Amino acid sequence: MAAGHSPLAQFEIKRWVPIEIGDLDVSFTNSSTFMVLTVIVVSAFLVLGMRRNALIPGRWQSIVELLYIFIANLVRDTVGKEGRPYFPFIFTVFMFILVGNLFGMIPYSFTFTSHIVVTFAMALVVFIGVTIIAIAKHRLHFFTFFMPPGVPLLMAPLLVPIEIISYLSRPISLSVRLFANMLAGHTLLKVFAGFVVSLGVFGVFPLAFIVALTGLEIVIALLQAFVFTILTCLYLNDALHLH
Amino acid sequence: MSDQPPERDLETLETRLRDARERSHGPASKKKDKNQPPGNALGLAFRVGVELVSAVAIGVGIGWLLDQWLDTRPWLMLVFIFLGGAAGILNVYRMASGFGYAVGYQKGSDTGEEKPRDQGPGNEE
Repeated sequence: MAAGHSPLAQFEIKRWVPIEIGDLDVSFTNSSTFMVLTVIVVSAFLVLGMRRNALIPGRWQSIVELLYIFIANLVRDTVGKEGRPYFPFIFTVFMFILVGNLFGMIPYSFTFTSHIVVTFAMALVVFIGVTIIAIAKHRLHFFTFFMPPGVPLLMAPLLVPIEIISYLSRPISLSVRLFANMLAGHTLLKVFAGFVVSLGVFGVFPLAFIVALTGLEIVIALLQAFVFTILTCLYLNDALHLH
Repeated sequence: MSDQPPERDLETLETRLRDARERSHGPASKKKDKNQPPGNALGLAFRVGVELVSAVAIGVGIGWLLDQWLDTRPWLMLVFIFLGGAAGILNVYRMASGFGYAVGYQKGSDTGEEKPRDQGPGNEE
């Protein structure tokens, strides 16, 4: 099968357990498998890491605590005290994306964050949730937000649509950033892996490059999880402190 | 040290704790300045591109939907392409002028600690 050698073949969705409810295709795919796997691994990692709950943490417990403190500090620094109720959600998002990205670095695995459907769904949840929080907290005052203060009223017909478009573009830029980074990185790895075979002896050069690129990809996997999280925090901050 | 009354001891401990906290918070707040994650030039360029394009895409989408609804094809779409472009440039401008990643509005001036971000030249107030 020629498709097996395409650098994009790794992103193919395979129906492992075809399920159809009415016209809806809800098959259990390789993507769903890795999502479930991610949730299981994250839960096991966190719960088992804290099972001893020692005052002086061991190595495993230290990692868990460091992750917790890292996100807790991030929420406190960007959102402030009011962000505390939303910490569980933000921590979940971070761990889910982080472990999902890192799963993608294992050869023959599937990177579900390289699909715009997945990242856009997550971004949309964040976007809608943040908007609901803002409206619930500020009621109609929320809509005064599309009008920057100190702007002459004459400019409103021009500025308000621009502000609304700017606001609506958030979930797109949030999801595209994660998806494009993962897609591009994994495609690049596969393309260079193809060069290794076709160049024969000189294939060591692309091979060496792949080694470096793998390191870079791991950095990007960590960084993009962090970017998604910090953006969620910043949006939440905007929602809670309109003005 | 030993001839101090215990309350005094506690007091000095309190001030020392506060000092230590301030010291540990100092670098933290300085780090907050670059609230955006560390990125190279390529990452920055990529971010700028995404911000620009996503705003234009939303503009086109809104224009197209309004055209469908009001039966005014192609006019509203033309208008909204330009509005989207303006929004995209606004996004990039905010991103570049110390607002960090927030593609939003006024940065929260309510929390006193977040001053670093308010000092951007793009502050509209």
